[in-house]
Amino acid sequence: MEKVLSQKFYDKMSKLEQRYPIRNALILPALHAAQEEFGWLPKEAMDEVAVFIGVHPAQIREVASFYTMYNLSPVGEKHLKICTNVSCMLRGAYDLVTHCEKKLQIKTGETTVDGKFTLSEEECLGACGTAPAMMVNDDYHENLSIERINQILEGRAP
Amino acid sequence: MNTLFVQHFGNDENRKLSYYTAQMMGYQAARRAILEMKPEQIIEDVKKSSIRGRGGAGFPTGMKWGFLPKESAKPKYLVCNADESEPGTFKDRDIIRYTPHLLIEGMIIGSYAIGCTHAYIYIRGEYTREAKILQEAIDEAYKNGFLGKGIFNSSFNLDVTLHRGAGAYICGEETALLNSLEGKRGEPRVKPPFPALVGAFSCPTAVNNVETIATVPHILNRGAEWYAKLGRIEKSGGTRLMSVSGHVKNPGVYEVEAGSITLRQLIEDHAGGCWKDKKIKAVIPGGSSAPVLTADEIDVVLDIEPFQKIGTMMGSGAVMVCDEDTDMVQLIWRITKFYAHESCGQCTPCREGCHWMEAILHRILHGAGAEKDLDMLLDIANNIGGKTLCALGDAAAGPVISFVKKFRTEFESYIRGQKKYA
Repeated sequence: MEKVLSQKFYDKMSKLEQRYPIRNALILPALHAAQEEFGWLPKEAMDEVAVFIGVHPAQIREVASFYTMYNLSPVGEKHLKICTNVSCMLRGAYDLVTHCEKKLQIKTGETTVDGKFTLSEEECLGACGTAPAMMVNDDYHENLSIERINQILEGRAP
Repeated sequence: MNTLFVQHFGNDENRKLSYYTAQMMGYQAARRAILEMKPEQIIEDVKKSSIRGRGGAGFPTGMKWGFLPKESAKPKYLVCNADESEPGTFKDRDIIRYTPHLLIEGMIIGSYAIGCTHAYIYIRGEYTREAKILQEAIDEAYKNGFLGKGIFNSSFNLDVTLHRGAGAYICGEETALLNSLEGKRGEPRVKPPFPALVGAFSCPTAVNNVETIATVPHILNRGAEWYAKLGRIEKSGGTRLMSVSGHVKNPGVYEVEAGSITLRQLIEDHAGGCWKDKKIKAVIPGGSSAPVLTADEIDVVLDIEPFQKIGTMMGSGAVMVCDEDTDMVQLIWRITKFYAHESCGQCTPCREGCHWMEAILHRILHGAGAEKDLDMLLDIANNIGGKTLCALGDAAAGPVISFVKKFRTEFESYIRGQKKYA
C-alpha cells in the first residue's frame, strides 16, 4: 500500500504515543491529523490510520462516521457551518442560512460547483452569548449579520 | 456580590502565567496542597465547600472524589470534561480563554487528591482556538515546574494531556466521553460499574466539569467554609457561572452567589432584560435539556433545588430567554431535531422516539398536524424518559412534555390551520 500521510503526521503521532496507556486512544488525534492534510478523510488515509494504529479498517470507519467533524467526503475550500440551535435561531440564524443558500445558489449540505463553498447547518457551537455564530473551517465567526456574512463570502472579512 | 471568575474575563492578557501568579494567587493552593496537605484533607475540604458539579447533574464533587478507591493496583485518572455542548452553555469556554491556569491548577490539586499521575482534559473538537490557548498554558505550566516530575520538589508527578473531541454532543456524558477518549464511538456505557471504579482505560476515574475543577484552587485559597457560605441554600455552595443568551439585551456569562437572586433578577438586573422592549414569553433555564418555564414562573430562586421543585433543572446554568413573538412550536421542533441528530443510537426509545417526535413536530409546523398528535407526542416522550442508558433520553423528552403542556394553544392553532409557518 502506497503511503498517503506525510512525515508530519507520523512525527505528530510519535510525540503523542507516550501520552496514552493504550494505542487506540490515538484514533481521534490521528483522524484529526489526517484530515488536516486533505481537508477530509479519503479511504486511503483512513486505511493508513488503521495500519498505523493496528486495527481493522472497519474500526476506523466506525469511529470516523460517529463524529460530525470528520468529513467523509470532500468539502469546499470554505466550509460554512452555521449554528441554528436555540440561541442562534432566536437571533436569526435561519435568515443567514437562507441568505447563504440564495447567494451561493446551493442548498444546505451542498458544495458550490467551483468547489469554493460548502454550506452546512451546525449544532450548538458554545457561542450562544455572541449568537448567531458559525464556523468557517476551524475558525469561529460570531455576532453575525447578513453584511458580515457577505464580507466573509466575498473574502472581505478581516 | 462575591465573584471568583468574571472579573478576570474579557482580557486576553489575563491568560498568561504572569497575570495568574500576580493577580490570582497562582499555584499557591497547589503548592500548599502538595507540600502541606494529605489527599484526604483536600477531599474533606471539597466536601465541606458543598460544591456541586457544574456540568449539569449537580453531583457533590467531594463525594465523587471520595468514591475512588484509596488503594488501587491500577493507575487512577482525573478527566476534565471540557466538552461543553449543552445548547446555551458557553461559560467553560470563557474559563479556558481567560483563566486556563486556574483549570490547570485545579487539575493538579484534584489529581493529587485522588492519586492520579496522568490527567486528561477532553475538549470539544470545535474549540480549536481554546484548545490552542489551553495547550499553551499547559506548556507554560510544564516549563515552570507546575507539571511534570517532582512538582514543587515533592515526590508528586503529574502529566496533563489535552485530548480533542470531534463533534458529538453525547460525549459530554461522562461514560461516552471516556469511550471517546479511548478511541471509540462516543456511546455511553452501562452503569454500574461507575467510572470511580471502572473509568478511563478500565481504571478508577473521576470526571469533572471545567468550572468545577477551576473552583478548587479558590476553595483552598479562601477556605471551604467561606466558599460554602457564598451559597444561600444548604449543601450548595459557591458562585454559579450563568450563560445567558437568546432575546436579552446583554447576552453573556454572569456570576452570582448560588441562591442569592431569582432567575428573573438574573435576566433583568444582570443581562439587561428582554431585548427590543418586548415582554418575556418563556425561559429555558438550564440548557436545552431543561423543561421550559413560562414568564410567570421565573421568580424562582437561582439554585439547583428550587429549580427541581418547580419541575425543571438548573443543568449547566444556561439560560435562554424567548420574547413574546417567539414561535414555541418552531423552537421545540428545533430542539427535538437536535436530540434526534445527537442520539447515539444504542437505545431504541431514544434512537427511534426522538426522530418520531421530530417528524410529528415538523408536520404540525407545516400544517399537516392532527389533534391526536399532541397526545401522541406526550405518549412517545413518556416512553423515552427514564428508559434509556443515559440522560439524553430524558433531555429530549422533558422539553417536549413541558412545551406541549405549557404552550398547548400554540400547537393547536397550527393544527387547526389558524397559524401558518412563516
